[in-house]
Amino acid sequence: MIDRTELWIVIIGLGIGSFALRFAFTGLVGDRQLPPWLLRHLRYTAVGILPALIAPAVLWPAATNGEYDIPRLTAAAVTLALGIFVKNVVGSIISGVATLYLMQFLLN
Amino acid sequence: MASSSVKSAFKDGVRDGAPFILVLVPFATLFGVLATEAGLNVFETVAFSVVVIAGAAQFTALQLMNENAPTFVVLASALAVNLRMAMYSASLTPHLGAAPLWQRAIAAYFTVDQSYAVSITKFEAEPAMTVHQKMAYFAGVVTPVCPLWWIFTAVGALIGEAIPASFALDFAVPITFLAIIAPALRTRAHISAALTAAALSLLLVNIPYNLGILLAGIGGMMVGARIEKSTEAKAEATS
Repeated sequence: MIDRTELWIVIIGLGIGSFALRFAFTGLVGDRQLPPWLLRHLRYTAVGILPALIAPAVLWPAATNGEYDIPRLTAAAVTLALGIFVKNVVGSIISGVATLYLMQFLLN
Repeated sequence: MASSSVKSAFKDGVRDGAPFILVLVPFATLFGVLATEAGLNVFETVAFSVVVIAGAAQFTALQLMNENAPTFVVLASALAVNLRMAMYSASLTPHLGAAPLWQRAIAAYFTVDQSYAVSITKFEAEPAMTVHQKMAYFAGVVTPVCPLWWIFTAVGALIGEAIPASFALDFAVPITFLAIIAPALRTRAHISAALTAAALSLLLVNIPYNLGILLAGIGGMMVGARIEKSTEAKAEATS
């Protein structure tokens, strides 16, 4: 059982901490000019952080105790390929989910 | 007229944010279900989603509390998962930094993976947008996304029963992010940044508190910036 005091410390602490992280630059830097080298790096934030976040989840899903899983891998490949070539976010998501369920159905 | 273009930017944002309803609804519901299973009541569960509004960090915190990790470790790990928000904030600054402080504070609260990724793609594709239009677009993206996060956390908490594991809800997040990131892989620099980050993240997977993700992301950004610079230098040399 989770301790009530601990729970509220976590909720409030995490809320304040997350807001501070989100406000750090947009709020405090504002429209002061950032140096060009930093801007150059920031242009790659999304394509850096998001792949780093999902790569382990794709190859070693926690739901399968870290074992690679063919339905998940296939779904990821289909989503990525459609995203690159068709550039339609919703279409890619729906196709990815459909692939996941289809592969689970076929392999079980 | 300026106000109509701001209005249409808001509408564009709503349209571009709407697809994420598909993934947010199951994901929020899952959080609600798991939180109730961990012993939180409906109020506590919804408060969690409203105060923190960050799926991955919420799941991390919940799991660690379930494992009776010390409060400090729970906070440090979940905040480490959320460190990427500081990078999103930095990345949005050149676009939203000129807006009034109260608007920036509200935008900060609503800076989540989806609102960031969709907005930054739009802002970079259309540099002519004014700060008003950009803020309106961001607000538009948030509108269908964030309230549903709160609402379906509550739904999940009220349902309170486990969703079958065969639904593979864990994979909703990777699929969404792949779909968001794929169209952004436009240049050699972007592709190299993404590949580097993914590879580094796999190598660094054992670093505690998910710090490997952050290091891998920074590595990817450095590679992207490096290639962009050398490509520009080459283009200048040949012209």
